[in-house]
Amino acid sequence: MREAQPRTLDRISETFELNLGPHHPSTHGVFRAVVELEGETVLNVVPYLGYLHRGYEKACENKHYHQIIPLAERCDYMGASSNSLVFCLTVEKIIDAEVPERAQVIRVMMAELSRIFSHLFWLGTHAHDVGAMTPLFYGLREREEIMNLFELTAGGRLMPNYLRIGGLNRDLEEGFIERLTAFTNHFERRVDEYETLLTKNAIYVDRTKGVGILPLEDAIALGASGPMIRASGLAWDVRKSQPYSGYEQYDFSIPVQWGCDVYSRYLIRVQEMRESNRILKQALAKLPGGPIRARMPGLIFPPQEEIYERMEALIHHFMLVVEGLKPPVCEYYGCIESPRGELGCYIISDGGPKPLRLKWRAPAFVNLETLALMSKGHLFADLIAILSSVDIVLAEVDR
Amino acid sequence: MNQEAIRDKLISRFGQESIVGTVPFRDQITVTVVKEKIREVCLFLRDDPDLDFSFLSFVGGVDRYPDKPRFEVVYQLYSLKHNHRFRVKTMLEEPEKGMPTVDSVTDIWPTANWHERETAEMYGMVFSGHPDPRKLLLPDHWDCHPLRKDFPIEGTDADTPELPKGGKTEVLSS
Repeated sequence: MREAQPRTLDRISETFELNLGPHHPSTHGVFRAVVELEGETVLNVVPYLGYLHRGYEKACENKHYHQIIPLAERCDYMGASSNSLVFCLTVEKIIDAEVPERAQVIRVMMAELSRIFSHLFWLGTHAHDVGAMTPLFYGLREREEIMNLFELTAGGRLMPNYLRIGGLNRDLEEGFIERLTAFTNHFERRVDEYETLLTKNAIYVDRTKGVGILPLEDAIALGASGPMIRASGLAWDVRKSQPYSGYEQYDFSIPVQWGCDVYSRYLIRVQEMRESNRILKQALAKLPGGPIRARMPGLIFPPQEEIYERMEALIHHFMLVVEGLKPPVCEYYGCIESPRGELGCYIISDGGPKPLRLKWRAPAFVNLETLALMSKGHLFADLIAILSSVDIVLAEVDR
Repeated sequence: MNQEAIRDKLISRFGQESIVGTVPFRDQITVTVVKEKIREVCLFLRDDPDLDFSFLSFVGGVDRYPDKPRFEVVYQLYSLKHNHRFRVKTMLEEPEKGMPTVDSVTDIWPTANWHERETAEMYGMVFSGHPDPRKLLLPDHWDCHPLRKDFPIEGTDADTPELPKGGKTEVLSS
């Protein structure tokens, strides 16, 4: 019988590789990383992507412009309206369409609701990842209200598919304004409740403060955007720097933190929910009347009720469905601030009804590149906290 | 700086023989650079204090099959300091043998790492000097480039054996 080998120091310090995912609750989908560990300390992280790759860009190149909107929402299902917004804005720029004021304000409402929606779910799952169960239930309570609002006005709960090129699918449903007003009135107090659970919670602060440091120079070099870069001390928000859809008319501030860590990202997202609520209140106050879709026969669908009464509207509608929208030969890059950062849509048109190329600048994909840098030297348990602080949506990462 | 000023600055620095095309559309200009100069132009765009394009939004590929030159590589830039955006691109011929090659910009903007890996596998390009030229989204054993225009949308039995079989996907014909 062989004697057991004594544990020497060099045997203990031998590094080993651990497979994290693809099926692991903390990866929020199907993300796999090979983690090199020495004891419990992370030496390196090598992400392996593609488990959810659906060929999104290839599919877009084989669809008419109007058919891409529901696809785009499935790209980032947490901030669905942001995705259809960036696509619609880019196509509108290409065909030079002027979106009516009412549609712009409602679009801002939908985009901000989807930002709160996304941050709420992030807050719950992130807290869950570091061991706090309760915030998830609190967050889902308000998220349910937003889903009911989406359902009321658009039918879909997770992916409303409500925006159209040139405006909106339909006008707001009766009762939407009242329910949204009620939501904005009590939401601020609800955010206070989340903060009492986490902001000064000693366990939570211990788990997140000083963990996952991302210095500003590295954040810029690695292309991080959104809450990631704002938590590293740069007040950059596309809504302010290059406003779209009328954001220049709203009074809101960009929260900034200088901690560069997981805790700062938490503070940023909580503060952003408050700012979004402020924008929602202003949008409700200024909501003008008028049409909800621009008029450009042959490029934008005519109003639904006209199709039953006017021959020309019926013809235009029919031709758009069959032949599709034909923009000029061009290329254009449009971008917005999604819940995760700079969400961009780059379209090349060859004059046909389908884009020659549609490139999706997915913020979660780019932000995930910072993971290896942030987690080196931390404990394995911290890696989970850091990964969740990036706020990845795997459908958007893998596209 | 506005788009015209950035374009003029590039032309005066590199000359007409390196900047082979500029196409304005609405409020954006696309500048085409010869393949050999793309690294030099990118370095200039990042380091010139008036331009200061410290942020790379994305690197992407384009396939213009059957037109020639067939491929393009697009670089979309943003300056956090001056709050302006710009786009440069370069054209790649399809070589008789092997894959089209272009210099990597990963050392200029580290974020290009994943973008270039994705573009390389999707279009069958080589980014020379890339520090980590593995596949990113596709399975390692797939020997195909799905975003090329001559690749069928439903895949092929030989190249993508794992894809579900069954009725062919109906694709709207234009």
